[in-house]
Amino acid sequence: MARSVTTRRKTITTALAWAIGLMIFFPILWTVLTSFKTEAQAISDPPVFLNFDWTLENYAVVQERSNYLRYLWNSVALAVGSTLLGIVIAVPAAWSMAFVPSRRTKDILMWMLSTKMLPAVGVLYPIRLVLIHFGLLDTKLAMIAILTMINLPIIIWMLYTYFREIPGEILEAARMDGAGLRAEILYVLTPMAIPGIASTILLNIILAWNEAFWTLTLTTTSAAPLTAFIASYSSPEGLFYAKLSAASTMAIAPILIMGWFSQKQLVRGLTFGAVK
Amino acid sequence: MKLKHAFWATTALGLLSGAAFAETITIATVNNGDMIRMQGLTDAFEASHPGIEVEWVTLEENVLRQNVTTDIATGGGQYDVVTIGQYEAPIWAAQNWLLSLDDLGADYDIGDLLPAMRAGLSHEGTLYASPFYGESSMVMYRTDLMAAAGLEMPAAPTWTFIREAAAAMTNREQEIYGVCLRGKAGWGENMAFLTAMSNSFGARWFDADWRPQFDSEAWANTLNFYLDLMNSYGPPGAANNGFNENLALFQTGHCGMWIDATVAASFVTNPTDSQVAANVGFALAPDNGLGRRGNWLWAWALAVPASSDAPDAARQFIAWATSSAYTALVAEREGWANVPPGTRASLYANPEYLAAAPFAQMTLDSILSADPTNPTVDPVPYTGVQFVAIPEFAGIATQVGQIFSAALAGQVSATDALAQAQALATEEMEAAGY
Repeated sequence: MARSVTTRRKTITTALAWAIGLMIFFPILWTVLTSFKTEAQAISDPPVFLNFDWTLENYAVVQERSNYLRYLWNSVALAVGSTLLGIVIAVPAAWSMAFVPSRRTKDILMWMLSTKMLPAVGVLYPIRLVLIHFGLLDTKLAMIAILTMINLPIIIWMLYTYFREIPGEILEAARMDGAGLRAEILYVLTPMAIPGIASTILLNIILAWNEAFWTLTLTTTSAAPLTAFIASYSSPEGLFYAKLSAASTMAIAPILIMGWFSQKQLVRGLTFGAVK
Repeated sequence: MKLKHAFWATTALGLLSGAAFAETITIATVNNGDMIRMQGLTDAFEASHPGIEVEWVTLEENVLRQNVTTDIATGGGQYDVVTIGQYEAPIWAAQNWLLSLDDLGADYDIGDLLPAMRAGLSHEGTLYASPFYGESSMVMYRTDLMAAAGLEMPAAPTWTFIREAAAAMTNREQEIYGVCLRGKAGWGENMAFLTAMSNSFGARWFDADWRPQFDSEAWANTLNFYLDLMNSYGPPGAANNGFNENLALFQTGHCGMWIDATVAASFVTNPTDSQVAANVGFALAPDNGLGRRGNWLWAWALAVPASSDAPDAARQFIAWATSSAYTALVAEREGWANVPPGTRASLYANPEYLAAAPFAQMTLDSILSADPTNPTVDPVPYTGVQFVAIPEFAGIATQVGQIFSAALAGQVSATDALAQAQALATEEMEAAGY
């Protein structure tokens, strides 16, 4: 018998969901609001919420001081490049683990995940020395490779989970119809796993976009993405919160807009196979 | 038609040759007001130094230190000019990580640099970083609150007077706190303040044999006075307050006194950002009559890492940015109040600067009263006023800073905090071979 949901209960749940949502979103909202204040208004006490003289001055200053488009392009190149490279490697890897597992598959999966537990700074010097040796320091190529390696365990794990939901019989049927391995992955498996692959791509673009340790320590100018752009507005001696907020807003706006438009796909992919 | 071809060929050749001869230097710096102004004057440097192009990398202070250290240690050569402080300069110079700056050209007046700044940035008598701006610390106070309390701030107050004034100015109902001091953990945050303060209480980090001294009575007096002062008259949540947090509190009228970097004087007296700009007075950092004041000495300086692939161009930039001519250029474009302070004696003999910066003389007096080579009442084997110029200091002081910050937050008693600091420092120093 289905449980009836009372109007009161529904109202409370909705209100609670909105309250939690607003609480999570508030720091971003405050950052955006601060970006339109003067530096004095940014630290005013009591804080001003909407009743202030809105100004675009901070955006003008940031635009004048920094080459935003260069940082933006680097962020796009690193996020998209590392994600696509990761997908190209991860799809066949996840296929083999999901459909032709060996005795060690689970161990390999756990080992891959364990690499995420390694403190990044532990391998900073070796990676840096390798990049210096090959003349790849502060290059997009090196950063794409590093970000791919960092996110590969998550990509493989996500795809493996999605692929496990797909009945193996369908792939067997394709094989019986004469499909080779390439055709099986490209024309049978991939179309069926599109929601999962799409959400994996979206999630990894977000992870790569926000990655701050490697992008701050291995880039200076040529490959520096928006994380470096934000960091350049943090001041040890001076209150530049409004300008820092403007820089932060400019850095998060593209990924926020992308996430907003693709949220349906993202949620669908993340909950894919969660309820059986 | 031939003429047109010749024109394009000449133009292309000109562009190519221009590109071929232009040398790019990458400068790593922090986002402080004076550095921002320096970036804004890049065009002036490039115009006076054809053939050198400047690329800026601005980073958060700790990231800058980490990146520059890593780059120099691995020979990455990413930076040609780096912004460092008085703590790093002698240590890195001893490691051969920096190039000498003794020869910055015939026009460079090295003798005009304030002796304390020059000494703190040198190693074995050789200059390895040229000061861009210098600072000490001093008392900044609200003249209106002080008058209302019926007190008058002496030019050189004692800690006893600071406590008395803090008590008189505190009005918790109106959210006015008598004194705002650093509490945020970090070797450059609360430990910079507490180390300088401890000097005036007769304390020291190490004795002549490098034995940690947190178990001394002088350190107990320092920490107990600090905790009592802050708990009685400081703002709530002070354990999270660093320079910027206290600056915001002072500018919005919540602090009666603030003891911090002299560079803050130009911020708190700027009516655009400060609500209390018209009511700010200055005094030397307090003492206890033991011959040492609780003020520090610091310089943000420019240096050339040994890994630079354009050292000559880098030296030319440093000579330009730390010269008197640069100061005059800033004054011409942005006014005398905005010139980088605390590095050259000639600036403090300039009547235009003294008229534009009412805090100038107190800044100079504070800088001159700090002695990095003889910072404590009892003799010590180290140099540095608010730091100890050894590589191990940053790590130890960061951990000790966390313990003292926890004590300010009420999570640990002063006695336990000092015992923990002593044990930690002893272990680290023994491990380092002292």
